[in-house]
Amino acid sequence: MFAEFGYGVLLVSLIVAIYSGIAAVNGALNKSAATVESARRAMLLTFPLISIAAGTLIYLLVNDHYEVAFVYEVTSRSMPTYLKITAWWGGQAGSLVFWSWLLAVFTSAVTLRKWDRDIEFLPWVILVSSVTLTFFLGMTAFFENPFARYWVTNGNVAPSMFAPAGATLFTPQDGQGLNPLLRHPGMVIHPPMLYLGFVSFVIPYAFAMAALITGRTDDRWIRITRRWALWAWLFLSFGLVLGGRWAYDVLGWGGYWGWDPVEIAAFMPWLTGTAFLHSVMIQEKRGLLKHWNMILIILTYALVIFGTFLTRSGVLSSVHAFANSPIGPFFMGFVSLTLVASVALVIWRWPILRSETEMKSMLSREALFLLNNLLFISILVVCFWGVIFPLVSELFTGQKVTVGPPFYERATAPLFSGLLFLMAIAPLSAWGHSTVQTLGRAIWKSAAAALVVVVALFFTYTKNIGALVGFFLVALALFATTHEFWRGARARQKTQGENFFTALSRLMGRNRRRYGGYIIHISMALMAIGILGIEIFQKETQGALAQGEQLNVGDYTVEYRELASWDSAGEGVNHTRAVVDVYENGVYLGELNPRIDYYFDSQQNMTIPGQRSTLRDDLYILLVDWQPVSSAGATFKIFVNPLVNWLWIGSLVFLLGVIFAAWPDNDPNEETARRSVTRSNRQPSAAD
Amino acid sequence: MKKALQILTFALLLAGLFTSVAIAQDDTPTDDEVNAVAKQLYCPVCENTPLDVCPTEACRQWRELIRSQLSEGMTEQQIKDYFVANYGARVLSEPPRTGLNWLVYILPPAIILLGAFFLFRSFREWTKASATAATISAERSEIEASSPAKDDYVARLEEELKKRK
Amino acid sequence: MTETIPQKRGVPLWAQIAIWVFLVALLVLVGIILGKRQQGNVQPGDKIPDFSLPLFSGYEYAGKSEVKLSDFQGKVVVLNFWASWCKPCEQEAAELEEAWKFYEADGEVVFLGADYVDTEPEARAYLKKFGITFSNGPDMGTKISQMFRISGVPETYFIDQEGVLYYVKIGPFVSVDEIKSIVAQKIP
Repeated sequence: MFAEFGYGVLLVSLIVAIYSGIAAVNGALNKSAATVESARRAMLLTFPLISIAAGTLIYLLVNDHYEVAFVYEVTSRSMPTYLKITAWWGGQAGSLVFWSWLLAVFTSAVTLRKWDRDIEFLPWVILVSSVTLTFFLGMTAFFENPFARYWVTNGNVAPSMFAPAGATLFTPQDGQGLNPLLRHPGMVIHPPMLYLGFVSFVIPYAFAMAALITGRTDDRWIRITRRWALWAWLFLSFGLVLGGRWAYDVLGWGGYWGWDPVEIAAFMPWLTGTAFLHSVMIQEKRGLLKHWNMILIILTYALVIFGTFLTRSGVLSSVHAFANSPIGPFFMGFVSLTLVASVALVIWRWPILRSETEMKSMLSREALFLLNNLLFISILVVCFWGVIFPLVSELFTGQKVTVGPPFYERATAPLFSGLLFLMAIAPLSAWGHSTVQTLGRAIWKSAAAALVVVVALFFTYTKNIGALVGFFLVALALFATTHEFWRGARARQKTQGENFFTALSRLMGRNRRRYGGYIIHISMALMAIGILGIEIFQKETQGALAQGEQLNVGDYTVEYRELASWDSAGEGVNHTRAVVDVYENGVYLGELNPRIDYYFDSQQNMTIPGQRSTLRDDLYILLVDWQPVSSAGATFKIFVNPLVNWLWIGSLVFLLGVIFAAWPDNDPNEETARRSVTRSNRQPSAAD
Repeated sequence: MKKALQILTFALLLAGLFTSVAIAQDDTPTDDEVNAVAKQLYCPVCENTPLDVCPTEACRQWRELIRSQLSEGMTEQQIKDYFVANYGARVLSEPPRTGLNWLVYILPPAIILLGAFFLFRSFREWTKASATAATISAERSEIEASSPAKDDYVARLEEELKKRK
Repeated sequence: MTETIPQKRGVPLWAQIAIWVFLVALLVLVGIILGKRQQGNVQPGDKIPDFSLPLFSGYEYAGKSEVKLSDFQGKVVVLNFWASWCKPCEQEAAELEEAWKFYEADGEVVFLGADYVDTEPEARAYLKKFGITFSNGPDMGTKISQMFRISGVPETYFIDQEGVLYYVKIGPFVSVDEIKSIVAQKIP
């Protein structure tokens, strides 16, 4: 009964979404405000409707309705309730409903804003939203239906929405349960955060399309788009970082990023999104590059849709990918429509997007921002080709190949280093004009300090050239950026007579975007420290130990003390937990408990590492589950990951930075005054 | 005496032979040595899983295969070649540099260089456009300023100003 | 400021052509791959291209250490994909051997085993364990299994005397009679 109800509501939402799109176009072409208003109301209506459908699905998941195929596939009686809810996005069909629900959240939210100034955009924003929603709801309703139930006909069990002739409902006793790797608190926020990031890019895209269709390509669309894009980018960034943390904690590879095609598919929109966030500043300050910004935002959304398609259709082979699915051809149609329509519109409107570009100096801030864009796009090219090439190879030679980490690391390392360097010098260059002398004067102190740091590292830590270059760039970026805070606060202190800390907080408060951006840069440099540490200096060892025996890695010694094994019947899990003693240079540090959890329903293992985290490194110990594990002997794999916690610290600073940057400025009058002042060229405020 | 010495030497040599065999047998490659090779290979049946972390039975067998190959004295490259011959090129972590696969290595740098070229060419145009615009406006203001009456005085003033820039 | 009149140029023709060519090529590529993924294994009625299977020593066919499909023109070929690490394969191993023994003498049916992504020592141990005598060899580079587009093991493909596939069995056989009944379709 509930399943039919949920499916019915889903179909109604589909119809309403289609109606809103048609009404929007109709209203725009016939210049009927009433029709457009009707379209807007319809779009708003999709949110409660899809919420009801989603709520029904969650009800079925939480209440053990195993006759529903999706519930059978992703839940089981032994799963705790919170995991049953997260199972909503634990499989293809449910996660498509989740996508649709998030889409409805954003598209309804956007219909609720004040449209007076932008009323010409409204019908087209609604149209884009409607088309997207229609496709996702359509895929769910006709190809991957989460409400389909099991029916028995002549001894054969098959899922279907409505009863085939002469069939009876079939209710399994228990479900298969979610893949153990997904039964983790990370499941609660990583997919939603990632999907939030993906889906929220629809809105900037819709405004870009509306601007192109109406021909109103002045700054209005980018003003609106910028804020939505920043939040979308925040969610996407956080989704990526959480994915990394979750992989590190649970997968047992001692790593956080595998350059897997699905990971890269989620990373590519982030690259263009970041490029966009920088490039819009040029449009704001100098009125340049309208066409490029249009391309960037469309490219970001196109990559989201394309990446989602590759992941869900079975085209990409990956541990993350969903299994082969019937949505493939239908989704392919949607992707083609999106790409073709976007390209056609941009080419059509290109003449009104172009503006005369004037640049006084190749070291001006706008020039450096363009260099930043070049680097991001270059990384995108590497990633895109790396993902697409195996498909090309398969098509033309029939041979399957793997494009893996060595390729990506080798190609992107210089590009990321270039970005680190730009992060250090771009804030020091002025809008409109800079020379080698002015930049040199601004940066020599930070460069000298960075050099001192590197020399110290050379004598105390490592002689690896790549690492030293990396650390130099990180130090340079950190020093140069903090120097900006220092300089600005000192200048304020002198002119306003405030004490240093008041000066600093007022300085930051008056220009949240800039200083929030600097905080984000600092967070990136911190993350770079973590990445350099684990990528270049990771040590690992593996060995079988009898009780009392020891393994050495780096300065650490690990001794196998004992093993315990017990069932946790309520959760349907068997735990096998080892106790190991950890010593560093002979000094006893404590004990760690690596563990293997065996899930009865899905007959799969999950290995939980014992971790000891410090700023200096992570000691990460795994019980290897493909070798015999007993109190007589067990195999352990030990990683020492230097500096890795700076990656997570950096991500927290990142979160603070984005929130700070996106928060509205203190004094609204000051904000408008600042905006009009920044229209013209300016030099940096205080000289050295 | 000489015969005893011969027997002793022979016995010692024999003992030495056995000892060296025994020492060689203690040399089974460690897990770390196996992992160092397995890290560079991908599981032939799983999806994008490196061979050193793959938990399946098949992967365990492949790691043992690597172990026995290492103890036979095969080099890393020979082991990789063996895996490619048996399981296909997908087992390597990047495409072998043959035939069509060269595209994977050449195209990205080519495209990036092309992009850089376009960007710098645009930079050149934009800075030139800006310089041209500046000279045009400078020339224009000069023409406007040279009215017969103030000609001389203004011209000298402008010269002075230019000198100070 | 500047006096230059903004030029309202569209995208140059060469750029438009390049962009559309790229986009169409990308969509076609992805579309074809999608089609391939959805294709599933080869279906009855498909003509099977010639392939060659190297054989393990001790498992030769008529003295030959490598056989081609074309060698068996005029015979029914039962091609079984298996692996030593595949548990379901063990369920049918004995049945396959029994069926082979039934047909061996007449020489009108050939049983071939293609070892999928396996290691030789383990493969040999498996063959010995079940007393397999029909010709077996490794599917080098997974070429043959890719050609048949198998999705796992065990899978068995029945090819008739003209080299056309006429039956596909996914998963292990439940009995010798099942195998015989399928062969009987072409050998009455």
